[in-house]
Amino acid sequence: MRNKVVRTMIWLLIAVIGAAAVGGIALNRGESINAIWFIVAALCVYAIGYRFYSAWIATKVLLLDPGRATPAERINDGRDFVPTNRWIVFGHHFAAIAGPGPLIGPTLAAQFGYLPGTLWILIGAVLGGCVQDMVTLFFSTRRNGRSLGQMARDELGMIGGVAALVGTLMIMVILIAVLGLVVVNAMKHSPWATSTVFATIPIAIFIGFYMRNIRPGRVLEGTLIGVALLLFSVVGGGWIDHSAALRGYFDMDGLSLAWFVIGYGFLAAILPVWLLLAPRDYLSTFMKLGTVILLAIAIVILRPEVKMPALTQFIDGSGPIFGGALFPFVFITIACGAISGFHSLIASGTTPKLISNERDIRMIGYGGMMLESFVAIMAMIAATVLDPGVFFAINSPAGIVGKEAADAVATISSWGFAVTVEQMNELARQMGEATLFARTGGAPSLAVGMASIFGSAFGDGLLAMWYHFAIMFEAVFILTTLDAGTRVGRFMLQDLLGNIWQPMGRTSWYPSVILTSAAIVAAWGYFLYIGVIDPNGGVNILWPLFGMSNQMLAGIALSVATGILIKSGKLKYAWVTGLPLTWLVIVTTSAAWQKIMSEDVRIGFFAAANDMAAKLAAGVLPPDKAAVAPHLIFNQQLDGWLTLFFVLVLWIVVLDMLRVVARHLSGKPVLPVSESPHTPSRLVEDWVRD
Amino acid sequence: MLKQKILLVLKFLRQLSGDDAYERYLVHHAQIHPDARRLSRREFFKQEQERKWNGVRRCC
Repeated sequence: MRNKVVRTMIWLLIAVIGAAAVGGIALNRGESINAIWFIVAALCVYAIGYRFYSAWIATKVLLLDPGRATPAERINDGRDFVPTNRWIVFGHHFAAIAGPGPLIGPTLAAQFGYLPGTLWILIGAVLGGCVQDMVTLFFSTRRNGRSLGQMARDELGMIGGVAALVGTLMIMVILIAVLGLVVVNAMKHSPWATSTVFATIPIAIFIGFYMRNIRPGRVLEGTLIGVALLLFSVVGGGWIDHSAALRGYFDMDGLSLAWFVIGYGFLAAILPVWLLLAPRDYLSTFMKLGTVILLAIAIVILRPEVKMPALTQFIDGSGPIFGGALFPFVFITIACGAISGFHSLIASGTTPKLISNERDIRMIGYGGMMLESFVAIMAMIAATVLDPGVFFAINSPAGIVGKEAADAVATISSWGFAVTVEQMNELARQMGEATLFARTGGAPSLAVGMASIFGSAFGDGLLAMWYHFAIMFEAVFILTTLDAGTRVGRFMLQDLLGNIWQPMGRTSWYPSVILTSAAIVAAWGYFLYIGVIDPNGGVNILWPLFGMSNQMLAGIALSVATGILIKSGKLKYAWVTGLPLTWLVIVTTSAAWQKIMSEDVRIGFFAAANDMAAKLAAGVLPPDKAAVAPHLIFNQQLDGWLTLFFVLVLWIVVLDMLRVVARHLSGKPVLPVSESPHTPSRLVEDWVRD
Repeated sequence: MLKQKILLVLKFLRQLSGDDAYERYLVHHAQIHPDARRLSRREFFKQEQERKWNGVRRCC
C-alpha cells in the first residue's frame, strides 16, 4: 500500500517535471534556452510513454504472453534462431535501426526553429515510431520471424506484398543517393575530411583480413585495433592537410568525389562481405555507440545554450535549406527519430528470431526506438547550439544565398540572423576547413555543433580534431549503410529477376551479381550525380523524397498491423496503429500534393522543371547552368512522378487493408490470421538470462 | 566484486559483438548434433558473416 503511494508520487513528479520542461521549451521566447531542458523533457516523455503506454499496449492490445514459446526457443537452430539475452538483442536491434537518418533530419528541420522538430520527435516517437516498431516486432515474432513483405502478403494479399517489396527497393535507392550526397558534400574541397574518409577503406580491409586470416573470429580485438587506426586516421588527415605536397591529391570537387562513391559502392557490393562490409560494420557500430554516449555525456556536462529561436520566419515555407511550410514538411524531413518505416524491416525478419521471451518485445521494440529518438534530440541540440547565422551560412546552398561569402552573409543577415564573413572564416580556420559556407547536407553543421560541444566539454584546443572526428564518424556509418543497402537491393533484384530467368536468382553466380549490382548502383548513382551538379545542392530535393518514401513504408507497416489487429478481433484497439497511420497518410499525401501541384518553384517538382525549361528556352541561363539544365529538368520531372508513385503505393495498401477489414467485419471470408500455434515455453528463466 | 562486474561487462561486449560466437557454436554443436562434422573457427566465422549479411541488417 505504502509502496504504491510512493510509486504514484514518483510518477506524478516525473509527469510534472516533464510537463514543465516541455512547457518551458515551448513557451520560451528569450534569447536562448539551456539544452538540459531538452534532455529533461525527452527523458520524462520517454519514461511516461514507456511505463504507461507501452505497458498498456503490451498487456491490453497485443497480450504479450511470457509463457508462450518464441520462434527462437522452438526452432533454435543455432544460426538465425537463437534465444538471446534481452540486453544483447536490444544492442543488436538498436545498432541495426540507428543510422545517419536521425542525425541529418533534425539538423535540416532546425530551419523552422528548435520547437517544431523537437515536439515531433518526442510525440511522433512515443505515439508513432515506438508503437510501429513494437507491434511489427510482435507480429513478426508470432509468425516465426516473417518479413514485412511476407506478412503483408499473408494477411492482406498479393497487392500488399508486392507494394512492400517495390516500396523497399525504391526507398533503398533514394536513401543511398541522399546519404552519398551527404558524404560528398562533407568531403568537397576538404583534404582533411577526404583523406580521413578514404583511409577508412584500407583500414576496414585490413581488419577484414585480420579477423579472417590472422586471428579468425576475434571480433572484439579486431574492432579495437580498427578503432585505434580510425582515430589515427583523423590525426593523419590533419598532417596531410598541412602538407603542401600531399593535400592537392585529396582536394577534390563534388563530381570526382561522387564518382569515387559510386565506384566504391559497386566494389563493396560485389566483393565478399568479409573483406569490406563486415569489418566496416564492426567499426561503425562501435563508433556509433561510442560517439552517441560521448555526446550525451558532453551535453550533460556542458549544458550548452540553444541559440536558435523556437520558431523562425521560415515556417511559412520560404526556408533556404529546403522549400515548404511547417506543415507538412517538418513531418517529412524528420522521419528517422520520430517514425521510420525502415525499422519495420529490421523489426520483422532479423530481431524476432533472437527474442527468447515475448515479454522482451516491449523493451526491445518500444525502448529501442525511444533511444533512437533520443539520438535525434541530441542532433537537434547540436544543430541549435550554433549561432543561427552560422547554422544558416553552413546549410544554405549557394544557389539560394549567393556564391560569394559577402553575398551569403548579407542575405542571411537580412533575415535577422547576424553573421559576418570574419566570423565564418575564423570558424572555418578553427575547424581546419577552407570554408564552411554552403556545406549542405547536414553533416558539416552537425560536425561543427558536435565539435563545439566536445571542445567545450573536453578541451577547446582540438576543435579541428573533433570536427574531423565527427565527419569521420558520420561518413563511416553512412558508407556502411551504402554498402549494406546496395547489397540488399542487389539481393532483392536478383530475387525478382530469378522469377523470370532462374540463373539470375543465384546469389553467387558472378554475371548475375555484377549485373544486378551495377543496376542498383546506377539507380542511386544517377540521383547522386544529379544532386551533385544541382546548384541548389540536391539535398533539398532528395531529402523530402526520402522522407516521403520512408513514411510510405511506415504506412505499409502500420496498415499490416492495423489489419492484423482488426482481423484478430481487436477492433476497439485498432486506433493504436490506426491513428499514427491516419496521420502519416495525411502528412505524406499533403506533402506529395504540394510537391506535385505547387506553383512555387522551390516546392513543386513540375513547377521547377517548367520554370527551368522556360528559362532555358529564353536563353537567360548562364552557360554553366544551361549545360546542366536538361538533366535537372528531366530529374525534376522524374522526382515528380516518383512522388506520385510513392503516394499511390501508400493509398493502394491502405485501401486494400480497409477492403480486407470491411470484408472481415461484414462476416465475409478473408485470409486467415497467420499466427503460429501456441506452444508453451519450456525455457527456464535463469538459463536464458544467465 | 568489481572484478566480477568487469567480467560481466566483458562477457556482454563479447556476446554483443559476436566475439564469442564460435564458443557458443561449440556448445550448441555438442548439445544438438555431436556426430556431425565440427567447423573450424575459420570456417565457422566465414559462414557466419555470409549468413549475417544476407538480408536487411542496417537501416537509415
